[in-house]
Amino acid sequence: MAVEQPMRAAAAPPGDQTRIHNIGYRSYDGPRLGRAYARRSLYSQSLRGSYGLGRSVKSKVLPMLLFVVMCVPAAIMVAVAVATKANELPLDYTRYAIVMQAVISLYVASQAPQSVSRDLRFKTVPLYFSRPIETADYVRAKYAALASALFVLTAAPLLVLYVGALLAKLDFADQTKGFAQGLVSVALLSLLFAGIGLVIASVTPRRGFGIAAVIAVMTISYGAVSTLQAIADAQNSTGAIPWIGLFSPVTLIDGVQSAFLGATSAFPGGIGPSNGEGVVYVLVVLGLIAASYGLLMRRYRKVGM
Amino acid sequence: MYDPTVARLTYRALLGRRRALILGALPLLLIAISLVVRALAGADDQTAADLLGGLALATMVPIIGVIAGTGAIGPEIDDGSVVYLLSKPVKRPTIIFTKLIVAVAVTMVFSALPTLIAGFILNGNGQQIAVAYTVAALVSSIAYAALFLLLGTVSRHAVVFGLVYALVWEALFGSLVPGARTLSVQQWSLAVAHKVSGGDLVTSDVGLTTATVFLVAVTVLATWYAGQKLRALTLAGEE
Repeated sequence: MAVEQPMRAAAAPPGDQTRIHNIGYRSYDGPRLGRAYARRSLYSQSLRGSYGLGRSVKSKVLPMLLFVVMCVPAAIMVAVAVATKANELPLDYTRYAIVMQAVISLYVASQAPQSVSRDLRFKTVPLYFSRPIETADYVRAKYAALASALFVLTAAPLLVLYVGALLAKLDFADQTKGFAQGLVSVALLSLLFAGIGLVIASVTPRRGFGIAAVIAVMTISYGAVSTLQAIADAQNSTGAIPWIGLFSPVTLIDGVQSAFLGATSAFPGGIGPSNGEGVVYVLVVLGLIAASYGLLMRRYRKVGM
Repeated sequence: MYDPTVARLTYRALLGRRRALILGALPLLLIAISLVVRALAGADDQTAADLLGGLALATMVPIIGVIAGTGAIGPEIDDGSVVYLLSKPVKRPTIIFTKLIVAVAVTMVFSALPTLIAGFILNGNGQQIAVAYTVAALVSSIAYAALFLLLGTVSRHAVVFGLVYALVWEALFGSLVPGARTLSVQQWSLAVAHKVSGGDLVTSDVGLTTATVFLVAVTVLATWYAGQKLRALTLAGEE
């Protein structure tokens, strides 16, 4: 690791007349940090990047703004609950993410292309793979980073609600249970949204187009599903409502949490899936997460070559 | 004020490659859903109004407007190739106006036409619902395209800000704060649609006069300001 070069050139054998000079190249013999370190660095850089940390001020604006927009309603609810000495919070922990789904979708849509599309556009992916990391490391690091960023985004307002509920002296056991259920639900939501967002974003090197594609998938599917559910409700064919809900990410999470996590469903008429249908919901969610991981692995198997 | 070459290039940028896929997929989805609904639920005026109002006008038109409006100029500014266009002896307001026409045309074809078809599938234009929503989609296409074209010249993050307006402002705040509906392209176009259909199924929170004034003002001002922005465009490097 010494900075000054030892004079190896002086040791050249006297008979070797063809050498003009030896500028002293040496091979690196310091510690090598290896694959795990590279993967950790990529993870932490991507996670920081999805909140604009370590990037320009302009790219901090949007993620921070969305983070604030996520947390402010929770703070207002807490303030109202404390001031009016209410017996319970105005909104369930599990319901919060469903109400704010537009903000979450926007966050995924803006940050998923930020995370992967620019690597494709500026052709930096081959540079990553010239380091010790492999396809699986890149995909895992990026996936984990976006999922963690989403978890921070969705869990922070729940934390605000929980702390506020304790300050307002609501029932401790009851609130802790609700908070834990909310955390499980937003963890699932983070994994699902991050997977879908990354798969779509990894197809296009254009950031703007990636954003539009992700938001189209998220909101159009939600719009279509909730419209169809409302129509099914109006037609009194309530049996169809849970099955229609399988076709959009937001309603999938809603279905899982109303079947198993004690949430009241946001479906029209409040008809959530039964336990049997809930199993299908869980299977579909896990299947989608696994499928997006598989698709990302396939996508990066042969990129930039 | 209209330059055919600029128009041709913009059409190619908008409809070339994968962009056309997403633009085409959304209308197909709407038509497929209307077919399913018609087959399951039969012709019903309220259902048709819900589907066209909730899905077509509230979600599909803004998203297609964002893609077409920002896509008409955003990528060019983004990758710097707009300097080749700006260095030609074409007036910059002309460039903006031509791009606006193209964006409006694309938005109309991909959102208003499918709305009309879906309306006819759903209830055969009963109570003028299909025509009313088509008029709303046509009117809002113009305003959205002008608004998002302006965003494309102002910001590198035009798509996100366009979507924030369309989804957070119009959908979220519009449903929570009634006052926000006064400043919503969707409500203005619904006011025009209400006038066309004359029935009670298509309603708006804004009066027709206010709506028309706002629509015209937004379109004209956005186009004018986009032209001004393009006159003094500075190309920034990648962040």
